[in-house]
Amino acid sequence: MQGQPLLAVRDVSVVFGGIVALNNVSFDLRQGNILGLIGPNGAGKTTLFNCLSRLYQPSKGDILVDGASILSRPAHKICDVGIGRTFQNVALFPNLSVADNIRVGAHSHTKSDIVSDALHLPWTRRQEHTLNERVDEIIAYLDLQAVQDQLVSGLPFGTQKRVELARALAAEPKILLLDEPAGGLNHEEVHVLGDLIRRIRDDRKITVLLVEHHMGLVMSIADHVVALNFGSKLAEGTPAQVQSNPDVIKAYLGSKDQ
Amino acid sequence: MSTAQDTSADIAGTRPAAGKSILTVPLVASLATLGLLIVVPLFLKNFVVFQLTMIVIYAIAILSLNILTGASGQVSLGHSAFFAVGAYATGIMMEHANVPYLLAIPIAGVICFVIGFLFGFPALRLKGVYLALATFALAVAAPPLFKLGTFEHWTGGVQGLLVTKPEPPFGLDISQDRYVYYLSLTIALIIYLLSVNLLNSRSGRALMAIRDNEIAASSMGVDLALYKTLAFGISAGFTGIAGALGAITVAYVAPDAYTFNFAIALFLGMVIGGVGWLPGSLAGAAFIVFVPNIAEGISKGLSYAVFGVFIFAVIFLLPNGARQLAYYLYAQIKKLVSRF
Ligand SMILES: Nc1ncnc2c1ncn2[C@@H]1O[C@H](COP(=O)(O)OP(=O)(O)O)[C@@H](O)[C@H]1O
Ligand SMILES: [Mg+2]
Repeated sequence: MQGQPLLAVRDVSVVFGGIVALNNVSFDLRQGNILGLIGPNGAGKTTLFNCLSRLYQPSKGDILVDGASILSRPAHKICDVGIGRTFQNVALFPNLSVADNIRVGAHSHTKSDIVSDALHLPWTRRQEHTLNERVDEIIAYLDLQAVQDQLVSGLPFGTQKRVELARALAAEPKILLLDEPAGGLNHEEVHVLGDLIRRIRDDRKITVLLVEHHMGLVMSIADHVVALNFGSKLAEGTPAQVQSNPDVIKAYLGSKDQ
Repeated sequence: MSTAQDTSADIAGTRPAAGKSILTVPLVASLATLGLLIVVPLFLKNFVVFQLTMIVIYAIAILSLNILTGASGQVSLGHSAFFAVGAYATGIMMEHANVPYLLAIPIAGVICFVIGFLFGFPALRLKGVYLALATFALAVAAPPLFKLGTFEHWTGGVQGLLVTKPEPPFGLDISQDRYVYYLSLTIALIIYLLSVNLLNSRSGRALMAIRDNEIAASSMGVDLALYKTLAFGISAGFTGIAGALGAITVAYVAPDAYTFNFAIALFLGMVIGGVGWLPGSLAGAAFIVFVPNIAEGISKGLSYAVFGVFIFAVIFLLPNGARQLAYYLYAQIKKLVSRF
């Protein structure tokens, strides 16, 4: 019915000294979709993200982007296949300004060498100029103008999360991995975030893989949902299907944090 | 490293604030400092000019250390070794191969760049105190190697190596000391400008991203191994140039001038100037040259104790070193200006 998926996770397993963090997990992510990845704490969601961004090596299985395996790429070459991400606990560069954090996000889209940079050769200046235009656009898009010259370390958590999103967008990813973007946000902010994620998908043609604890958010914006529990896939389908799946209900009722 | 909250990440201390005239306080302060460095030595005795030359040379080495530690987050307690290699390379080239000093200085820099770059690879596997210890090993290993009988023909062994002090060119009517001073100042200025450019560029941001969060940096496409080894190479290369200038200024290269104590002095200079703040390198260099002398003037027998008290006082009062003082003065000036 549909062609090749943008991202294919095939029988991926990850073992940490006896703990099976992921167990034969498979699913497809289709171009233009928002896929919600849910599951109780410790289900293996972040571990899967870390496999996708090549921070962990699966002990088994394969991960394909546009049909090609990414498992032989080093972590710093993963933006080249169009995967960008945010981190569950925010991993910004605290001693850099908001704008510089976003500039680093575009590292893979720019090039330079230390000699040209030290001499500020004209071509590097032109590149910086283009980069600054792109950074300004993202800063405006995410409403960060007021803080753009401030150090990240002094900003409130919610703002830091937006900066991290901005940094990920600067790499112009095809696939955006968001690890619990609603963590620490209040009800109102979660609503705004939901709209923002949808806008990012629609305006920027970015496919989204969303890990989220906040069921309301996932159910309202996801096209497709995959539920994990103890490293295994529990259910998959539309939000309504997954929400009414008896195993999913049991897993969630069994865990204290939902 | 973080008292300067509202100053953004202006490691080079040169970025003008948005919407202000280009004649900013930092720029005026930089130009005034440069003006003093150019004019004042014309009125000083040769010995003081010699001391100023050493300050400028140490400032280059401290600035180099700042690129490594302040920008890329890698600690080195071994920069005396790169300084020594630069000095010996220059002395050997000039005295054994008649290489003109203006050629020997950059070649010494390139040699140290290569050594530093290569040392950067094993350093990739070490962090924090372990890296500090590995570089410390470099510092303690260097002097005995230079004394070794096997290399005595080249290095002069324990005796060291006499180096010809260059004559001013074009029949310029200034003393050798002044000439070497202005030569060092010119090279220091070039290195400073190159470093400011570097840190305000894509490469510089990559280094600082690595310092702040390696995992996030690599997820943004930053090649950790490449940038960390380059930082070592650049830092060692500039330090080697400082060593080369040191050799021709003192006109003598001796193994015991480059001990572990010297590496610590450079590290101290970096902290006193403000880790991660390039203009502070000059203040740090002045501290490590003048303050021991002042301490000795206060008490000959207890000079080290007095020096220790000075260090303690600075670190206690200004944990972010000269940078903190500069930002404080800057804020005061802004307040004063806004009243008119
Ligand atoms: N680096 C690691 N070393 C050891 N165990 C890990 C590591 N990362 C994750 N785990 C374990 O893998 C399991 C899944 O964790 P995680 O992927 O963080 O879950 P989630 O993001 O769904 O809450 C947990 O039991 C966790 O303790
Ligand atoms: Mg998680």
